[in-house]
Amino acid sequence: MAPRGSIVGIDSPEALERALRSAYYLADEGLATAAYLALALGKPLLLEGSPGVGKTEAAKAIAAVLARRLIRLQCYEGIDASAALYEWNYPRQMLAIRQAGEQTIDIYGEPFLIERPMLASLRSPDSTVLLIDEIDRSDQEFEAFLLEFLSDFQISIPERGTVRAAERPVVVLTSNRTRDLHEALRRRCVYHWIDYPTPEREARIVMARASSVAEGTARAVVAAVGRLRREPLSKAPGIAEAVDWAEAATLLNRGGARWPDAFKRSIGVALKDEEDLAYVSGRLDAMIAESVA
Amino acid sequence: MSEFDSPPRAARPFIAFIPLLRANGFAIAPEQTIAFLSAIALLGPRDLEDVRRAGLATLAPPPERRAAYDALFDMHFLDAEGDGLDEGEEDDVVRVQEDRRGMDDPLAADESNESGEDATRAEALVERRFGPAGPGDALRRLSREAGRRLPKRLSYRRLRARRGAAVDLRRTLRDAARNDGEVIRLSHLKRRMRPRRLLVLIDVSGSMKARTQDNLSLAHALTQATPRVEAFTFGTRLTRVTRPMRLKRREQALASAAQIVSDWDGGTRIGDALKAFLAVPRFASYARGAVTLIISDGLERGDPAALAEAVARLSRSAWRLSWLTPLAVGRDFRPRTQALIAISRFVDDMVDGGSTPAIVDHILALQRRRAA
Repeated sequence: MAPRGSIVGIDSPEALERALRSAYYLADEGLATAAYLALALGKPLLLEGSPGVGKTEAAKAIAAVLARRLIRLQCYEGIDASAALYEWNYPRQMLAIRQAGEQTIDIYGEPFLIERPMLASLRSPDSTVLLIDEIDRSDQEFEAFLLEFLSDFQISIPERGTVRAAERPVVVLTSNRTRDLHEALRRRCVYHWIDYPTPEREARIVMARASSVAEGTARAVVAAVGRLRREPLSKAPGIAEAVDWAEAATLLNRGGARWPDAFKRSIGVALKDEEDLAYVSGRLDAMIAESVA
Repeated sequence: MSEFDSPPRAARPFIAFIPLLRANGFAIAPEQTIAFLSAIALLGPRDLEDVRRAGLATLAPPPERRAAYDALFDMHFLDAEGDGLDEGEEDDVVRVQEDRRGMDDPLAADESNESGEDATRAEALVERRFGPAGPGDALRRLSREAGRRLPKRLSYRRLRARRGAAVDLRRTLRDAARNDGEVIRLSHLKRRMRPRRLLVLIDVSGSMKARTQDNLSLAHALTQATPRVEAFTFGTRLTRVTRPMRLKRREQALASAAQIVSDWDGGTRIGDALKAFLAVPRFASYARGAVTLIISDGLERGDPAALAEAVARLSRSAWRLSWLTPLAVGRDFRPRTQALIAISRFVDDMVDGGSTPAIVDHILALQRRRAA
């Protein structure tokens, strides 16, 4: 299929970045380029990164920019065709057979088909964005099956024949990299590794997401979160945690808590593992003091 | 015919970049080359950064090799020197020990191996060659019986069955359609059983030297026998050896493991090694719900409290944690060393790990034990 060049008036990575910004998503150049190329080349976009760097948010923002409905398929181990593709409405089919009596009836007609995310996106590719979330949680069988879907954008339903997409649907895949994805899957996609943002960008993200947070607070939180991420924690705080922490601290501060103290008392929204908390507890005061300074 | 002509002159430097990447171990498919060229055309390109980003997006170098990609890119397009190429360790190796030259470790009392501490300090990075190993009856027994006797868990996928909790609506309906819409018999589904994930952590320090090769052979046999095995070695570093263990031939697997593991026969910091394991989320997730085997004598150079904490965490996420130590011989074995005493209340089994048959017996008996 020929490259599209422009989609809903977006004809360059910069245009996409601006559009994403107006959807409250601050993408860096790498992500904007990869997302633009995915849209223009009609390939799926594969986003990998640590938990909490905004992979799912990116998909939501892309859907918002394109003004399309987001269809989300959450992967899990053992996910199969009846959860991802389609399912027949068996009770309804049974009733139809009973009611038909002597007449013939097609029990594989449209009224008996239940659409699941992948079929839904194939049938209306121009008004949806399909998000296949946390693909690394699914098992190898499902990944292999996905390969076929992603290269031809078609699904065959034995009772009805093949459903083919009229145009290439926009597909975003995310992975936390808890296991290596198959090379063939990476190859079919446009790939981007989302890293933690620079402190500068993260501070802007915090302010964009939590409008009540003052700039100084955002910077202090981002600096503290950056320090925490350098520690060997079992769950490093992501961007969502940074936003929550800034909001929580602001809230406590309005309630009368003083500054360094407000950060310390709301640490529970940033670190959610008892052992991680114990690990940093001794140095937390110093860390926060340095970050506020 | 013009489609098959040689590519336009302007595209040549970009196409020439691909073999360079391939020569440096990046796997790039022809369709990715096509995507790369279309991406460059789409972006303009206005400057080299566009080309670099187009390559990142379409050629998809793995994130841990990003530095190598950048170095090659600079070399190819900017005529820069190729330094920084081999720098940066593999994704699968984690250095456990930080430099603490001059600082003293108070714990040396319960050691039989006098040179162990020095070895830990110097982080003896050595290469090791394995001789051809006899196959061993125990390993053959393991491969034969693994399918039946390794621990299993319920899968989320369902399978046809005579009896079962769920009704197979699809099949029942099809049978009913054959019988004028009359449901005569219900077809059932039951949940399938799947082999549990297995995690093997092998101590390759000096004190385990005599056993290292056998233990790796065992890890190889396990990896070959059952689908979901993760294998790591630890000493002064933590190294994931799952990939070499997947090679079919044992000699080849061990030789390629010998290449990536660089801390053979050195010292040990088991606590730090396990902590390093738990600190990488990707690795830590391998332990969740897994049959976890640690093959180590537990002669710890580091702090026993740190070791106990790490073992406690590992034991909470594992299905069952077995500590296989050559010291546990005989029925009246009691842990003596400080480290083993500290961890004994967190591990589910502390059993003989001194010979391959003993380890195989334990692994094959695990299914009958309850999850702990």
